[in-house]
Amino acid sequence: MAKLKKSPWLLHYDGSSCNGCDIEVLAALTPVYDAERFGVMNTGDPLQADIFLITGGINTQNKDVVKQLYDQMPRPKVVVAVGVCACTGGVFKDCYNILGGADSVIPVDIYVPGCAARPQAIIDGVVQAVELLEKRSEEHKAMKKNKKKGA
Amino acid sequence: MAEVIHPDEILDEIEVSDLLTKALSLKKDNFRLSQACAAYANEKIELSYSFANDDTYQFTTLRVVIDPETEVPSITEIIPPAVFYENEMKELFGVKIKMISTDLQNRLYRIEEETPMIPKKGGN
Amino acid sequence: MGKRSVIPYGPQHPVLPEPIHIDLVVEDETVIEAIPSVGFIHRGLEGLAEKRDFNQMTYIAERVCGICSFQHGMGYCEAVERVFGVEVPNRAKYLRTIWAELGRMHSHLLWLGLLADGFGYENLFYQCWRVREKVLDLQEMTSGGRLIFSVNCVGGVLKDIPQEKLDIILKTLDEVEEECKIIKDTFFQDYTVQSRLQGVGILTKEQAHDLGCAGPFARASGIRTDMRKLGYAAYPDLDFEPIISTAGDSFARCYIRTMEVFQSIDLLRQAIAKIPNETDLVTPVKGNPNGEAFMRVEQPRGEAVYYVKANGSPNLDRFRVRTPTFANLPGLCEMLKNTKLADVGLLVITIDPCVSCTER
Repeated sequence: MAKLKKSPWLLHYDGSSCNGCDIEVLAALTPVYDAERFGVMNTGDPLQADIFLITGGINTQNKDVVKQLYDQMPRPKVVVAVGVCACTGGVFKDCYNILGGADSVIPVDIYVPGCAARPQAIIDGVVQAVELLEKRSEEHKAMKKNKKKGA
Repeated sequence: MAEVIHPDEILDEIEVSDLLTKALSLKKDNFRLSQACAAYANEKIELSYSFANDDTYQFTTLRVVIDPETEVPSITEIIPPAVFYENEMKELFGVKIKMISTDLQNRLYRIEEETPMIPKKGGN
Repeated sequence: MGKRSVIPYGPQHPVLPEPIHIDLVVEDETVIEAIPSVGFIHRGLEGLAEKRDFNQMTYIAERVCGICSFQHGMGYCEAVERVFGVEVPNRAKYLRTIWAELGRMHSHLLWLGLLADGFGYENLFYQCWRVREKVLDLQEMTSGGRLIFSVNCVGGVLKDIPQEKLDIILKTLDEVEEECKIIKDTFFQDYTVQSRLQGVGILTKEQAHDLGCAGPFARASGIRTDMRKLGYAAYPDLDFEPIISTAGDSFARCYIRTMEVFQSIDLLRQAIAKIPNETDLVTPVKGNPNGEAFMRVEQPRGEAVYYVKANGSPNLDRFRVRTPTFANLPGLCEMLKNTKLADVGLLVITIDPCVSCTER
């Protein structure tokens, strides 16, 4: 991974997971695994977040919450689906209240498999998200520049 | 060697009309509501109200078997914490419970499907 | 009378990783009433019983909650075993006890960390989670999974823990005990901890009983309840007393859970010393279950009730879990009354809420 220009902030939301992936996300941020060494910081405020970590599938009640959190995040942004439930619905796919994975309501960029996803896998996903974010912010800047020229 | 306290569990099948008096007498005997749930079998709904005593570890279940159309009185007036259990029964099984202290009008879990725990007729 | 207003708390907020929504009616800074609304994680897991057979349901039951995953699987299996009327081999009983107590340790350390984070003691939070990783390593070494083991099956357990690994557990327990002593001293003696926890969020014994509270939350209010006394798994052979406190405040809850970490260490040592040398790990079951059974187990968060109703076909008629947090919700709402708004986040943590358990 090349040197980073910025420290991306991370927003975590528990869709309808069993809690396993959530505590692994937290474990990935605590000293033993320490995702913070990549400059990533956990925040509770969607307005300041760059990377959206979502665990668990989407159900009828939280789909609006997830959509709203995604919309509140400033561009550019990256979505990481952590755990098999967020990827596809997992073991709960056939439950009456599960609509599917996180990609049924918001665009997902990176899928982290596992039940529960291991901290190493989560860190790998976050690192990929950081790289993608760099790329997107370059594109975003270029787009803004072009707009200015055009105006 | 630790002592084991495990009195036999009691399953008491009662009529709907006896539910409130039985629940009240259990409450007076220092029982707390441990759980309440509904189950659907043979086109009947079985309601189980389980009470537990923390001193004797006694576990007593009151069982009411009803038709899906029968109305059931709420025990929330006697046992306030039953409110979540009764709302759950109402939402998932469509049990007709009268006079819940805080009736959430099938909005406890806010699911879109109606009475999901009752198998669909004629469906798969 | 001050000005009344309603403040929504959650579902997405920084204190808890899980979504729970509470509407707080406040008068100036004091909470008058708390109205919880659940359903953000409702999956309808109990409804899966009609699509999966009773063996497959073991894995669904384990995913009711990722923290007390093993105990959920164990509770479900014990309930089905009751329907079958089979006795689990002795060694399997001990193995279940060992995994259950490891799970309790990691859950309590996790909670202590979240509590420390709740009152802003970041350092202590990191220390608790660092020690917890050692317990997780033990779980991974013995079962292959950090959180979700999938070692339970109806009739016994699928994996054995060989003697060498039991020795490693004992060795690690010594290290963990030393580190937990330091954590315990910090929680019990530190001035900041005391000032945030003592006398806050009091629930009396009568209230706790009337509202049907369970587990450490009830024990902190002086109710002597511990379902391990019912004698499932290998608990009849082990020596322990429920830890209770009579204060009923947040500090009492912290005290109970801290001391239970040491109790679990002690139980693990006893279980490893007594574990019988057998090769049988599973009592095979024949056919399909027919009948019904209730099973109560003591989870890290308290009493969980499993209800299984079978009709002789592979699919169960009804699988029901009443999880401890579901029982503790009325207690939480009562406790939040007349507290300061700033304490709410901390008080919600003190019941050790597990929202995915609650809503299933």
